[in-house]
Amino acid sequence: MKKRVLALVLTAAMILGLTACGGSEGTASTEDGTTAEATTEENGDAAESTEVAASTGEKILSVQVGPDPETIDPALNSAVDGGNMLLHAFECLLAVDQDGKLIPGQAESWETSEDGLTWTFHLRDGLKWSDGSDLTANDFVYSWKRVCDPMVAAPYAETVLSMVAGYEEAIAGDLDALQVAATDDQTLVVTLNAPCSYFGSLAAFATLSPVQQATVEANGDAWATAAETYISNGPFYVSEWVPGSHILMSKNPYYWNADAIKLDGIKWNLIEDANAAYSAYQTGEVLMIKDVPTEEIPSLTGSSEFYVDPIIGTYYLSLNIDREPFNDAKVRKALSLAIDREYVAGTLMQGTYTAASNLMGPGWIDTDGSQFMDNANGGQPYIDTTNFEANLEEAKQLLAEAGYPDGEGFPTITYSTNDAGYHKVVAEYLQQAWAELGIDLQVDIVEWASFTPMRRNGDFDAARNGWVGDYSDPSNMLDLFYSTNGNNDGKFNNAEYDAAMDVSRTTLDAAERSEALHKAEDILMEEAGCIPVAYYNDFWLQSEKITGSWHSPYGYWYFMYADIAE
Amino acid sequence: MLKYVAKRIGLAIVTIWAVATITFFLMNMVPGGPFLSEKAISPQATAALEAKYGLDKPLFQQYLTYIMDALHGDFGDSLKQRGRTVMDIILMKFPVSARLGGVSVLVSLLIGIPLGCIAALKRGKFLDSLISVVATCGIAVPSFVICTVLLYFLGVNLQLLPTMGLTSWKHYIMPVMALSFYPTAYIMRLMRSSMLDVLGQDYMRTARAKGLSGGVILFKHALRNAVLPVVTYVGPMLAYTVTGSFVVEKIFTIPGLGGEFIKAINGRDYTLIMGTTIFLATLIIIMNVVVDIVYKIVDPRIKLK
Repeated sequence: MKKRVLALVLTAAMILGLTACGGSEGTASTEDGTTAEATTEENGDAAESTEVAASTGEKILSVQVGPDPETIDPALNSAVDGGNMLLHAFECLLAVDQDGKLIPGQAESWETSEDGLTWTFHLRDGLKWSDGSDLTANDFVYSWKRVCDPMVAAPYAETVLSMVAGYEEAIAGDLDALQVAATDDQTLVVTLNAPCSYFGSLAAFATLSPVQQATVEANGDAWATAAETYISNGPFYVSEWVPGSHILMSKNPYYWNADAIKLDGIKWNLIEDANAAYSAYQTGEVLMIKDVPTEEIPSLTGSSEFYVDPIIGTYYLSLNIDREPFNDAKVRKALSLAIDREYVAGTLMQGTYTAASNLMGPGWIDTDGSQFMDNANGGQPYIDTTNFEANLEEAKQLLAEAGYPDGEGFPTITYSTNDAGYHKVVAEYLQQAWAELGIDLQVDIVEWASFTPMRRNGDFDAARNGWVGDYSDPSNMLDLFYSTNGNNDGKFNNAEYDAAMDVSRTTLDAAERSEALHKAEDILMEEAGCIPVAYYNDFWLQSEKITGSWHSPYGYWYFMYADIAE
Repeated sequence: MLKYVAKRIGLAIVTIWAVATITFFLMNMVPGGPFLSEKAISPQATAALEAKYGLDKPLFQQYLTYIMDALHGDFGDSLKQRGRTVMDIILMKFPVSARLGGVSVLVSLLIGIPLGCIAALKRGKFLDSLISVVATCGIAVPSFVICTVLLYFLGVNLQLLPTMGLTSWKHYIMPVMALSFYPTAYIMRLMRSSMLDVLGQDYMRTARAKGLSGGVILFKHALRNAVLPVVTYVGPMLAYTVTGSFVVEKIFTIPGLGGEFIKAINGRDYTLIMGTTIFLATLIIIMNVVVDIVYKIVDPRIKLK
């Protein structure tokens, strides 16, 4: 009896086991049915996916720069990963070359009037959209006005167009007030309300890419969510977009410089998890990944495939200047000098950041084209990061001068940060570092979406902060500390500083402007309006098979002229 | 039966309304908003965005508008994924999660039920102990550990299986293993204990005494009664599994719905939070009704009231 039961159960289990196999096969076949054109036995095998491309003779570069972009509408994007994709799908009037210099893009030449108020761009002959239709100066007029449209609500409208005459009226709804005009199909004339020496950089900024009026009007915001309606004008166009999986871009045959494009396409793998990205890199499915797991960095340092390259951005701390004791510049300076920046950047942040001796790090360009940093403070670093012992002594002395010898009488303060990257490690380090001054620091970890409004409302003692530049003109970061700036989280308020920034905005004289900008940074550093800690770098893994690509200090990878070596 | 179903549907609508209302006010109480970023957007742009999506209106008015629109089947536009409606996102991502989740549930049932039966029939023997150990592991080990281990060995080291996407049957193997491990273990344990319970019942002895064959006893009498707790568990489990797992989808880069729940909350994408929550609530309620009906089929003695 028992044996029979056992035999039956085993048979039942086997039958069920067989149905199990049948079941999964069944789903496999429905899967094949639903995505028949994409799924074949061969490309099911991940290791072979690059070979599939090779077998059809196509050269597709597979990379990872981030997860699904929230949007790839040029007017709406405000993220770096979206920016990387826009850079390859669109081309602005001007472009930036490998050395950070402005070069012709859709415009083959451009000139500025003597008063600096009129910018004229001359478009190339025979420009076309990725659908083969003609692209004219009127497309730029439409696109730029669209950026001002309150119904579009472009996050970067103010950054890129607020100096154009008629901007205030346009942003209020009267789009035609914006002084951007096409005098003929190939000439675009822009009138500014004040000189803007870096307007050329803005003309190369992705927000001001041209978009096709007919497509946008026919599809609304949704035009930028599907490959079929995503018409662009750059070296590539989007041929397939599976949200959460990948964006495939194919070479745009209508691009004016298509002959220089060697790749047949770029596959942007929308991988969210750094470990998953690393796995994909190790298997060779992806040849470049931006999201490298931090725990792998020690083993990767020194590898020829691991790159660390500066971007224009600084990790800094905001002190709430409206609150005691941070209203005292000596206290702020003491807190700043008590941080061992070489240790923070080199050890805690594993060398993925660089110790900051000032706010304006490498990559910011002075008015004469040289590095802004090299001309700052008479060529001397504001903070000598290599001599921490001396800094700490000075910090202790400053704190005593401020009336808190050895931290006596100093209130317990709170440092607020969100938990991502190295933020927590830095917070713990600050606890230790400021304890050297006799200061008791509490750490408050706040969820990201709550942290931003909290910091903006000034609801903190000290808070983590950071900024990555949009364009390399120093005003892009120095503006943050202008008394009325929306990003002035620490509420730094200094009349001299504001005056220097005002001069930098209005003057037409390059030397005078440079002087004003440097003066502003001098004041900011002297007053310790913020505490710069480290300069940002991008760090990534890239196969040696990729040739002809480069990385810019804006955080962009230029793959358009890249090639894959066999 | 029909009356019962109608009553349940009525109750379901009230429940969904309650879930929607609570979620709506709770999410608006949490600080933060959808249009924040490290770089402050200009006040004009923020105001324009809020006006565009009606967020500048009083909260109660927003609530009424939302409920009215939802009743008309309009769940609004995503506030973060500009240009996509909430419905677009759910309809695009749910089928992916549903396929993966469906296969996983099927696998857990097909493995969990037989193994649970075997463990019960072999109570105290080596096989029983072995199954117990596996079941305990399955319940104790979180899915991200399973994912990572699988990814490391099968994906990276041996390069047997693709590490990302869901485009062929091979892509299913690792995520299905990760997703079905816990429910399989749970079902095994449920099945074992309920089978033991049933095997000890008087009617089993009667059946044996009547001289019925082992197979008939097992399938007609024992299994049918013992499977009821599993049915109860599988209903809601199915609803959760087919709506996707954040962890598994993230690790294997699967474009499913699971990630949207988390991303929506982190990004304060209000309309998407509402849409995904209502969707999940509806699915769970439907599954519970289905479970009740299946109960009735499996055990006709159960009366549905």
